[in-house]
Amino acid sequence: MSALMKEAPRLVRTQPLMELSGLSKTYGNVRALDDVSARVYPGEVLGIVGESGSGKSTLLRMMNLEESPDTGRYRLDLPELPEDLFTLDRFERRMLRARRIGIVYQNPHLGLLMKHSSSGNVAERLLVAGERRFAVLREKAQVALEASEFPIPRMDAPPIELSGGMQQRVQLAKAIALEPAVLLLDEPTTGLDVSVQALVLDTLKRLQQERRITMVLVSHDLGVIRTMADRVMVMRHGRVVEEGLADQVFQDPQHAYTQQLVHAKL
Amino acid sequence: MSLSDLTGRWKAFSYGFLDASAKRELRRKMIKAVAVPGCQMPYASREVPIARGWGTGGLQVTLTLVKPSSTVKVIDQGADDSVNAASIRRFLSRVSGAAETWDTLDATLIQSRHRIPEEKLTRDQILILQVPNPEPLRGVEPNMSTARQMHADADYGRMWLQLYEQMVRSGRVMLGASYPAMVNGRHVMTPSPIPRWDVKKLHMAEHLTILSAGREKRIFAVPPYTRVEPLVFDDVPYKVEDHAHLTCARSGVTGYFMNEIPQEDGSAGYEVSDSHFGIKAIDARDGGTPTVGQTWYRNGELA
Repeated sequence: MSALMKEAPRLVRTQPLMELSGLSKTYGNVRALDDVSARVYPGEVLGIVGESGSGKSTLLRMMNLEESPDTGRYRLDLPELPEDLFTLDRFERRMLRARRIGIVYQNPHLGLLMKHSSSGNVAERLLVAGERRFAVLREKAQVALEASEFPIPRMDAPPIELSGGMQQRVQLAKAIALEPAVLLLDEPTTGLDVSVQALVLDTLKRLQQERRITMVLVSHDLGVIRTMADRVMVMRHGRVVEEGLADQVFQDPQHAYTQQLVHAKL
Repeated sequence: MSLSDLTGRWKAFSYGFLDASAKRELRRKMIKAVAVPGCQMPYASREVPIARGWGTGGLQVTLTLVKPSSTVKVIDQGADDSVNAASIRRFLSRVSGAAETWDTLDATLIQSRHRIPEEKLTRDQILILQVPNPEPLRGVEPNMSTARQMHADADYGRMWLQLYEQMVRSGRVMLGASYPAMVNGRHVMTPSPIPRWDVKKLHMAEHLTILSAGREKRIFAVPPYTRVEPLVFDDVPYKVEDHAHLTCARSGVTGYFMNEIPQEDGSAGYEVSDSHFGIKAIDARDGGTPTVGQTWYRNGELA
């Protein structure tokens, strides 16, 4: 048995679930992504860290098929999908997002309809995927909200009346309602106070352990990444400067920028 | 030099009020609308001698389709004798030589505001519905460019969500008129502000329906034998207005869509909404033998 198997047996996979290769994207004169490649294996949590403007959110938007790169390919190891997901048209992307990719945004306004009910926000995802039975919509929305530890008596309250932590739980419930193949988390705890952050992270960890959901977590908070991630990718100026097991990267950072980040945190 | 010297003698330059290029524009857009059922086609809406919002869209379509051999019927919320309906009908007749009628069975062109007649329309008839707001997504997406993109993507999740929210808040779908319907399994359209009672009359109908909004400059159509399915959850049946048991105080007919007439004592009386259908019923009750066509509803149930 290899050392890797001893340290983290769940990371040993032969086939990545998600594979992005050679992604580049330029906005005007700004090179947002420069030949970025990433692999995410089933059941693991990939943490992406970097300062503002490093390209991590652009990369996440591409993983969510909200944006296409200038060059590069994207493959999800799921049946009936093309070798490069960037070849899908807008309609196909929307259906794939609805059924197989969940996302939680830093800003709940991006992910939620603030004046609709919380259960309705979850149900919307099911509706887009084609569910047309009202009773099933209610039931599935309730199950997803329960899983994200949202108080069920408030399931029909609109997110605008909820706290930031509760809004994130609604986003999370919406994201997991259809048991996605991969869950994308874009700074899910930024802006929350520390105790609420801890609760949201606990929920995420529990979901990850119970359901083995594959997650990609973007954050500039190294504490969050350290708590959640199995592997870490460090980005700067649109490039991946370091990648490795979380413990490895945090305990023995190789790149000067990673060292600076880790020491800044410490 | 006077103005008349410059302009020359007046002479009729077109038939049916609209000039040839306006008619060509409308014909092209009607053909497109028929080709893609339920899809809104933009068109160059012209000025006609009634105010925007009073049926200019419907009038332009009728003026394009009308010919001397046509027989036109115009109804306003079911009534043939309202000022608006009578004015439009007379205008149509005057500019085209077409015959006027109140009888649904005699009409070849039926321009209507907010109702579909109770007697079934046939393949030789065209129904033209006046539409104030052609965009069914307006309530869920205020940006019209985004709404058009949503139609292109068949992205109707928000429409369904609207129904879900109403079910959660009120226990039932609260939409009355303009109930959104999926046409041919592809485009969601507003059937114009017809009551829910009438929406199902469009489903697999023999006649062609053209819906036109003059102010908003949009035409869409339901060709004959096309599926028109109101958006409804699989486990929450579509309900029409509860008029099946109501009886018309004037004609005595039961089981048709009624107008509510407030009474002085605070109660409500009812009168069949399709005015000429009511006239036929009164004639029959009084011993006459009017020709009454087959109706969409029988005993308050869709036949």
